[in-house]
Amino acid sequence: MATWETVIGLEIHAQLATKSKIFSGASTAFGTAPNTQACAVDLGFPGVLPVLNAEVVNMAIKFGVAIDAEITPNSVFARKNYFYPDLPKGYQISQFELPIVGRGQLGISLDEGVSKIIGITRAHLEEDAGKSLHDEFPEQTGVDLNRAGTPLLEIVSEPDMRSAKEAVVYARKIHALVQYLGICDGNMQEGSFRCDANVSVRLKGEEKLGTRAEIKNINSFRFLERAINFEIERQIDLIEDGSKVVQETRLYDADKDETRSMRSKEEANDYRYFPDPDLLPVAVTDDDINRIRASLPELPEQKRQRFIVDLQLSEYDAEVLTSSRETAIYFEKTLAQLPDQAKQIANWILGELSAALNKADINIEQSPISPDGLSNLIARISDNTISGKIAKQVFEAMWQGEGSADSIIEAKGLKQITDTGAIESLIDQVIADNPDQVDQFRAGKEKVLGFFVGQIMKQSKGKANPGQVNQLLREKLNKGRE
Amino acid sequence: MTLKTEDVRNIAHLARLQVDDESIERYATDLSNVLVLVEQLNQLDTSGITPMAHPLDATQRLRDDAVNETDLRDKFQNIAPDVKNGLYRVPKVIE
Amino acid sequence: MSKTIRQIQRGLARGEFSSIEITQDYLTAIKAHNPTINCYITITDELALQQAKTADERIAAGQAQALTGVPLAHKDIFCTDGVKTSCGSKMLDNFIAPYNATVIENIEASGAVMLGKTNMDEFAMGSSTENSYYGPAVNPWDHQRVPGGSSGGSAAAVAAGLAPAATGTDTGGSIRQPAALCGITGIKPTYGRVSRYGMIAFGSSLDQGGAFARTAEDCAQLIQTMAGFDPRDSTSIDHPVPNYSETLDGNIKGLRIGLPKEFFADGLDSNIAGVLEAAIDEYRKLGAEIVEVSLPNSKLSVPVYYVVALAECSSNLSRFDGVRFGYRCENPKDLEDLYKRSRGEGFGEEVKRRILLGTYALSAGYYDAYYLKAQQVRRLIKQDFERAFEDVDIIAAPTTPEIAFKLGEKTDDPVSMYLQDIYTLFLNLAGLPGMSIPAGFSQGMPVGLQLIANYFDEARLLNTAHQFQQASDWHLQSAEVK
Repeated sequence: MATWETVIGLEIHAQLATKSKIFSGASTAFGTAPNTQACAVDLGFPGVLPVLNAEVVNMAIKFGVAIDAEITPNSVFARKNYFYPDLPKGYQISQFELPIVGRGQLGISLDEGVSKIIGITRAHLEEDAGKSLHDEFPEQTGVDLNRAGTPLLEIVSEPDMRSAKEAVVYARKIHALVQYLGICDGNMQEGSFRCDANVSVRLKGEEKLGTRAEIKNINSFRFLERAINFEIERQIDLIEDGSKVVQETRLYDADKDETRSMRSKEEANDYRYFPDPDLLPVAVTDDDINRIRASLPELPEQKRQRFIVDLQLSEYDAEVLTSSRETAIYFEKTLAQLPDQAKQIANWILGELSAALNKADINIEQSPISPDGLSNLIARISDNTISGKIAKQVFEAMWQGEGSADSIIEAKGLKQITDTGAIESLIDQVIADNPDQVDQFRAGKEKVLGFFVGQIMKQSKGKANPGQVNQLLREKLNKGRE
Repeated sequence: MTLKTEDVRNIAHLARLQVDDESIERYATDLSNVLVLVEQLNQLDTSGITPMAHPLDATQRLRDDAVNETDLRDKFQNIAPDVKNGLYRVPKVIE
Repeated sequence: MSKTIRQIQRGLARGEFSSIEITQDYLTAIKAHNPTINCYITITDELALQQAKTADERIAAGQAQALTGVPLAHKDIFCTDGVKTSCGSKMLDNFIAPYNATVIENIEASGAVMLGKTNMDEFAMGSSTENSYYGPAVNPWDHQRVPGGSSGGSAAAVAAGLAPAATGTDTGGSIRQPAALCGITGIKPTYGRVSRYGMIAFGSSLDQGGAFARTAEDCAQLIQTMAGFDPRDSTSIDHPVPNYSETLDGNIKGLRIGLPKEFFADGLDSNIAGVLEAAIDEYRKLGAEIVEVSLPNSKLSVPVYYVVALAECSSNLSRFDGVRFGYRCENPKDLEDLYKRSRGEGFGEEVKRRILLGTYALSAGYYDAYYLKAQQVRRLIKQDFERAFEDVDIIAAPTTPEIAFKLGEKTDDPVSMYLQDIYTLFLNLAGLPGMSIPAGFSQGMPVGLQLIANYFDEARLLNTAHQFQQASDWHLQSAEVK
């Protein structure tokens, strides 16, 4: 059986987080009543004209600078001509020959510390289409043009990915980057961040690319992985059965977990691109680029390096903590309260907190425990108010909304027992109750020590300071042995 | 360059224009005549000349990112051929 | 009824008549003669009288502005809020524009009164007004002949005394050619001088709004209110607008007028050539220096124009799809049927012909050979002018190759119709300002002299035309309206 190699390139559409549309002064807010945010320009009324939003250009340059790309000094808007009800003018204003962002690249980290550079062919600006609603009327399709004219940055990668997993890592990295840059809210449910995947297969060692299919309509990373894997299987099956892969657009159906051919978009793609005569070349100077570069926030890669070098975090911890802007913000807010506890904080965020978030299926910014709350909890561990074990109990209570770490410790009487006298009396009691085990220890059976610690902790309801218990217990038991 | 009726049919489809069979011949002739005129352009060597998309060598002016449009849906939809519940309606599209 | 704007202003200022009275006079004349001339598609009598009333109040209050109380007509290509804006097409027969074109706003703000919307070739595509859905307008000098086009309704209205002045648009000669054929004065400003916002697009990189009047002096006034930077039009140029009326009386002694040798050669009707030579002699007498210039590439302006204009129009007219406004076919059976029949039934023959040609020129495989090639030759044509204007201040040329032709004479031969614009197209390709002024008669029909100035030099253009009109009376000849 032949061994196959998968080749994947992604086209990511990121909606730019502007207040107004790319070519009009209508609002881009999501979820308003149909067609109430579509002005004459968005509706493609006769005689009206597009005027470019400055912020859109700034945002595109931010992205370009962040991926080390060439910024085109005079990029050009072109018309992509086709008819569809959600495309009011009969053409989409996009960029074709001269996109604003030229070739760039992005490093991704794969398992076991392997990293890879993914080429980014280009990123161009364009306007989003409206929405066709097929289930609104029995015989008709309804068209809502509120989304028409929302600015998009289309980020086109090279076919550099070799598995669905790699594609997901890359997509997540772009997703994090656009949010770090503050140019896209990254909301995949609302369609602010959408992926199309170009997938083909070829025999290992073959240089020529196989025929590709473009999969559209992928609105989560999970579906991205599943859609690509389904498509890989489908293509391999086709070829192994002696058929051919057809170059076409396929739609991913998450309910059926399959891709299927999109008949309606299949016909001759003669888009008749030409420069839009209503818009002029967009001039970007070196000064513009330098000004924007200077204004960029710390990017994930820089942050990751800083976490490793300055905070002494592991590569893994640094990678995960910077993988989303929200996680990094959470971490850094917590760190601000406890500047010398980076490792502890990382452990808590990546351990207890992330498990709880996963279980509740919510994002870190929705966490019921705030960075201040978490730092309060960690502080109580480091000042020996509570043990690590008790801390987990406190965390659980905080998650349930029972209050702050301090108030929970207080209310539940979880404060660690550090009073030597109190611990000694506990120890004396346990020694007195277990003469057999005392004899065993004294006969040299060190293992019994654990039994005593367990008993003492049980008696103290876990509140006795384990270090002190160990030390005092040993002293007392050894005293008898002499 | 002579256009055949089949070419005209293809272009008409791209342009979403219904053209009946009797006019299609006439369009083919008319368009071919214009193309003869257009082919005069080939007399000229234009290698190395930058195409000119705009009469003036200006660059795009940018607009501040501000919302300054209000909801005029009723006014706009008043002149629409078919609207319901605020949506424009077209025959069902099958995807 | 052959008053000029200046005469009306004087009459209003002296209280010889009110705006209501003069407006009513025009409306009466329109009612009487429009059935024959067919220069108006819509007569806005109620609105006109209302505006006239307001104007009279302002005049009484001493608050008159530049054009307060002056009745004007507008080409039906300019969107007028609340008034049908048909663009001469069945497609927009039911289109009540929901906004004003900037030109209309500016003129309204100057206090003018709107008499109505004038007839035109459908979507400004034509040179005779015969392509109007509302039937052809006729030439007031000879009702068997065309008034020219596409702004034929505006030209005929002014020539017939059914408006003192009117707006128009010029994509390839649509102001200058009808002005010449109807014996009036017309000006097409520099591309970008007058906003295109709300002016229904034909060829976006060529279209420019302008004016018709009996005199250059009136043209100066009308252009004054129309011109200026518009933030809603990206191709509008932010360049100061001088006071055009102030410089009309400037001496033209020593003015260098260039005659392109290519235009006074073969193909020009000998009677017209004679008229133009006499007009040039008049300029000599006024002290101008006449020199020969060469525009070698202008002979290719017809093919370049038809590729560029038609490519742009094929895309510009895609928005007329029967979905959001305008004509929709009866009982579409599916989406494709909706598009094809709405467009097939809503557009006239010439518009369809041009959409088909433009679509073809932009389609895959032909883009380079047609569109790109045409854009290259376009640059050569512009460079010819740049060279010529290094040597001269004004270029003089014929406006049309022949006098107004008979109705129906050229409707079956699109190419011969296209060749009517042989002396006007290059101006739009280069983006330069130009005028046509009455220069005499041939076979009892008016002949126009075309004057061309350098970019944004409308003041010199108007001055040159005005000086001729001070020394001649061709512009004072009136068609007898029966």
